[in-house]
Amino acid sequence: MAEFDITSKERDGMGPHGTNVGLLRVLGPAHVWALGVGIVLVGEYMGWNFAVGKGGAYAALVACWFAGILYTCVAMIDSEVTSTVAAAGGQYTQAKHIVGPLMAFNVGLYLVFAYTMLEAANAITAGYLISQVAALSGFTGTLDQRPFIILSIMFLAWLNYRGVLATLTFNLVITAIAFTAIIILFLSTSGIIAPSMMHHAELFAGNAALPYGWIGVLAAMHFGLWFYLGIEGTTQAAEEVRSPARALPFGTLAGIMTLLIAATLTWYVCTGLIPWEFLGDGLNGSVAPLFTAALLTKSQPLVWLLGVGTLFATLASANGCINDASRAWFSLGRDKYLPGWFGAVHPKFRTPYRSILFLVPIALAFALKAPLDQVVTFSILSGLLTYTFMPLNMILFRKKWPMGSITRGYEHPFHPLPSVVLLALCAITFFAVFLGYGTQLVAMIAFYIVASLWFHFWRYRFVSRAAQFTMPWPRPKGY
Amino acid sequence: MSIWNYAEYAAWALSAAFAAYMVIDWLKTDSTYSEEVLTSSREGELEAMTEAKGGHHG
Repeated sequence: MAEFDITSKERDGMGPHGTNVGLLRVLGPAHVWALGVGIVLVGEYMGWNFAVGKGGAYAALVACWFAGILYTCVAMIDSEVTSTVAAAGGQYTQAKHIVGPLMAFNVGLYLVFAYTMLEAANAITAGYLISQVAALSGFTGTLDQRPFIILSIMFLAWLNYRGVLATLTFNLVITAIAFTAIIILFLSTSGIIAPSMMHHAELFAGNAALPYGWIGVLAAMHFGLWFYLGIEGTTQAAEEVRSPARALPFGTLAGIMTLLIAATLTWYVCTGLIPWEFLGDGLNGSVAPLFTAALLTKSQPLVWLLGVGTLFATLASANGCINDASRAWFSLGRDKYLPGWFGAVHPKFRTPYRSILFLVPIALAFALKAPLDQVVTFSILSGLLTYTFMPLNMILFRKKWPMGSITRGYEHPFHPLPSVVLLALCAITFFAVFLGYGTQLVAMIAFYIVASLWFHFWRYRFVSRAAQFTMPWPRPKGY
Repeated sequence: MSIWNYAEYAAWALSAAFAAYMVIDWLKTDSTYSEEVLTSSREGELEAMTEAKGGHHG
């Protein structure tokens, strides 16, 4: 990276209104794709199969496609709004401009918790995977997973600290390998380039495909989210892409298409090779279903490829989560919703270095001390709250800035249908989550209510009320 | 000792090295530059496409 005089009055022009040190605009659409798909693809490798346990193979497929509709709405809505909001913070920044400060504060917290919890869950998984590799290689002792969990977080935090271009280029490479592994597994087992190994007819015989009827489909919805959870994270790159209006919609929409393909192929391969009772037990049965499927093929190259794919998908997810959580935390600090100290940018690496560092011990604490299922549930619930905010945000956006009042890089079709569908699917998913995790849902909502009270009665007095809006947006209609 | 026991030690050592790098660099950066410069970032500017439409709504 070239050295420059950051105190120069002329340099560096990266941001408006006297910015001396801003985030660096170096990313392209491929990096946006890598950020979104990278965070999510681990959900194809593990986690989604709990949906099979809840309702059987067909329930998991219905959940996969319903969640696919939900996330297609998320991707379309996000693509339109974020193509006009070229700032870090993603949905937090959108809420700040479109709804108001209390909503923005809450959305900022949802994002930070969703990503930090997911990062912790990924680190736990990476430690587990390495212990499995040790066991497969003949190691008979008990491997201490802690150093590998800590190393995963420390290495990726270091990468994020050093610069966004290297971070997301790394994500691009490992995500592409993990996605290609799924394609190769499908081609090798489905009869396209080798004899078919699929046993759908036998495995779906009797009531095996839908053992609990339609209530099983509802119960499976919760885990259907795993196929796509995190694609909305592409918006966090808004302040670091060279062309936000083009790169963000392109990267996000390409990302959701990639995930729809990966999710459907994953379901097809795994349900055609693995009996549903084993596949649906993600704790004592098939922890990593794609890897289990590869083992069943008895092909060593496929076993290695899917093993590497599982580890790479886990690391890509943790890496993207560090990137996104730190941008959301940084944005909250920059606008003084949190102490302004967090709003600092590294003058050489041009990253939100204090936010990256601050979130490391929090991720470590959850990764080392909290049970995986609780960490994952907190992440999913925080994500679900963000999705519930999105349709309201979209409706307000179109109302306050109608078509033609602000140039959009992407205009999503059929408004307000995607918003209504998204809201309805969120309501169904909340009900499904309440059935399985009612206590956690209530506890989490209580937490956000307490945080909102703190913000309203104390923190709001420190917020930079005018200085937080420096984007050249037109005034909203009616103001 | 198995190679996996050495791998555990290596992971501890690498983790410490990455942590040390970040903490040392953080302290060095904070002592080299003023707080005003470090926190001078403002919300991202959009490409010229919306600038002709008028000022912002803040």
